[in-house]
Amino acid sequence: MAEVWVFVREFDGAPTPLALELLTKARQVGDTTAVYVGTGSEEAFARLGEYGAKNVFHLDPKDSLVAAPVARAMAERLETDKPDLILFGQAYDDRDVAGRLAARIGRPILSNATNVTLEGSTSHEIFGGTQIAEAEITSAGPKLVLIRPKSFAAEPTGGAAPQVTVLDLPDVGGAGAKVTGTHVEERQGPKLEDASVIVSGGRGLGSAENYELIEKLGKLLRAATGATRAIVDAGWVPYAKQVGQTGKTVKPDVYIACGISGAMQHLVGMKDSKVIIAINKDADAPIFGIADLGVVGDVHKVLPKLIEALEKR
Amino acid sequence: MRIVVCAKQIPDPATPYKLEADTHWLVRPAEQVLDDTDRYGVEMGLQLAQNSDGGVTIVSMGPAGSMQGLRQALAMGAEKAVIIDDPTLRGSDALATARVLAAAIAREGFDLVIAGTESTDGYSGVVPQMVAEILDVPALTYATEVKAAEGKITIHRQTSTGYEVVEGSLPALVTVTAGVVEPRYPTFKGIMEAKKKPVDNLALADLSVEATTDQKVTSISDAPARSGGAKIEDDGAAHEKIIELLAQKKVI
Repeated sequence: MAEVWVFVREFDGAPTPLALELLTKARQVGDTTAVYVGTGSEEAFARLGEYGAKNVFHLDPKDSLVAAPVARAMAERLETDKPDLILFGQAYDDRDVAGRLAARIGRPILSNATNVTLEGSTSHEIFGGTQIAEAEITSAGPKLVLIRPKSFAAEPTGGAAPQVTVLDLPDVGGAGAKVTGTHVEERQGPKLEDASVIVSGGRGLGSAENYELIEKLGKLLRAATGATRAIVDAGWVPYAKQVGQTGKTVKPDVYIACGISGAMQHLVGMKDSKVIIAINKDADAPIFGIADLGVVGDVHKVLPKLIEALEKR
Repeated sequence: MRIVVCAKQIPDPATPYKLEADTHWLVRPAEQVLDDTDRYGVEMGLQLAQNSDGGVTIVSMGPAGSMQGLRQALAMGAEKAVIIDDPTLRGSDALATARVLAAAIAREGFDLVIAGTESTDGYSGVVPQMVAEILDVPALTYATEVKAAEGKITIHRQTSTGYEVVEGSLPALVTVTAGVVEPRYPTFKGIMEAKKKPVDNLALADLSVEATTDQKVTSISDAPARSGGAKIEDDGAAHEKIIELLAQKKVI
């Protein structure tokens, strides 16, 4: 039986949804050990067991930036343990730990995978998800793979509480950093990752002020509101709203893309939505290639009418 | 403060990307552009250097080609560029790239290394963290704000829900998001001066580092296509079609 480690970051006292997706996949591939990074609790560990982890390594970085100490603690453990696969999510802390760990132990990483096999070969969506690349690691040793969110559905298996081992974090000297404060942006309505309806805006809105149209429509549909990288980079809306390659991956029942042309960066994060509605004035915009209903028109005209009609219902 | 900015020349994202048939490597034309995400790192570097009496050196790996991309970084105000262009490095993975960059950065000497969060053509998103581990410095990642002075660096680190304040000591590496600063446009004077600025063109043998790549793409296939559905011109009543579909899907 293969051995698989899964990196699990704690968020609000529990494993992240992304980590539960990875555990679900990992247990189909081999014996699973969760590398749990956070304060930890009986409840959190039990949840790891429910999703298939037989063992847990618990690392608590407290106010240290996680990457350097966690990567080095994992590297020390890898001197004796020989997992076949180490799975991470394509997420910030995961990337930081995976990168440092890979350099520490001299192993390659396969990034942005959407599937992984027991042998460690992976699938990757490239060019906005229009093509699939299959890749593999060609040398012996643990295979590090970063997997995109929502590649697998998280399903509990009803497993027993796992065996928990505390791993001490080494002193990393000047390579460490401290987290001295946390700031959470205010959010209205449902979370993007969980929403069944999402209304998103892009450059075609014309200005930051016009994002208000997205918020209004979102509120009427009890939807989460999203954005393209272009308007996040332009400073119109915060990063927490970004959908796409370097933002959130979403699969809602309905995705309404307003003034979004459909750059590859964006499509990769939302193309698996069940129903896609697009409003854009350029009839040749790539978004229409995947939209179930495409409206060639001006968002400044269509959205106000849509909002007004919905308000009357 | 000695600042090194990692930058990459990539095929123009406005043109369709192609892969070589046998190797599955990205086709790189002689004319490549500066990865847009690197402009933020260059600008950040220039602002920090200005406040601390130092200069910015650009370090890059890949085919030099026409050097149009790196010349843009020099035209913005960087003093010097180092490019590692070696045919044996073609098809390098993230770790091989990080080893080469780290060796070149160590050769230059640095107090602060600045990089983007990921390249726009590769997106592996782990190279800066690898470079930091090899150089044994902290990686303060996904910065939306950077302050560095008197041996210390403090950033706002973007998270999925807001940001964290993170502090480390120099030497350090920081990765910057697009929100961190507003990149300047090169002036005519800057563009003229850039032509005379020093560029070190290195081969792998100039750096004492091993950079093998232990991964490969084995096949490429078309993804199951999602076909578009109805496309209608807005005649003033398109919103009704949207409402119909929303009702049909029981959203309203």
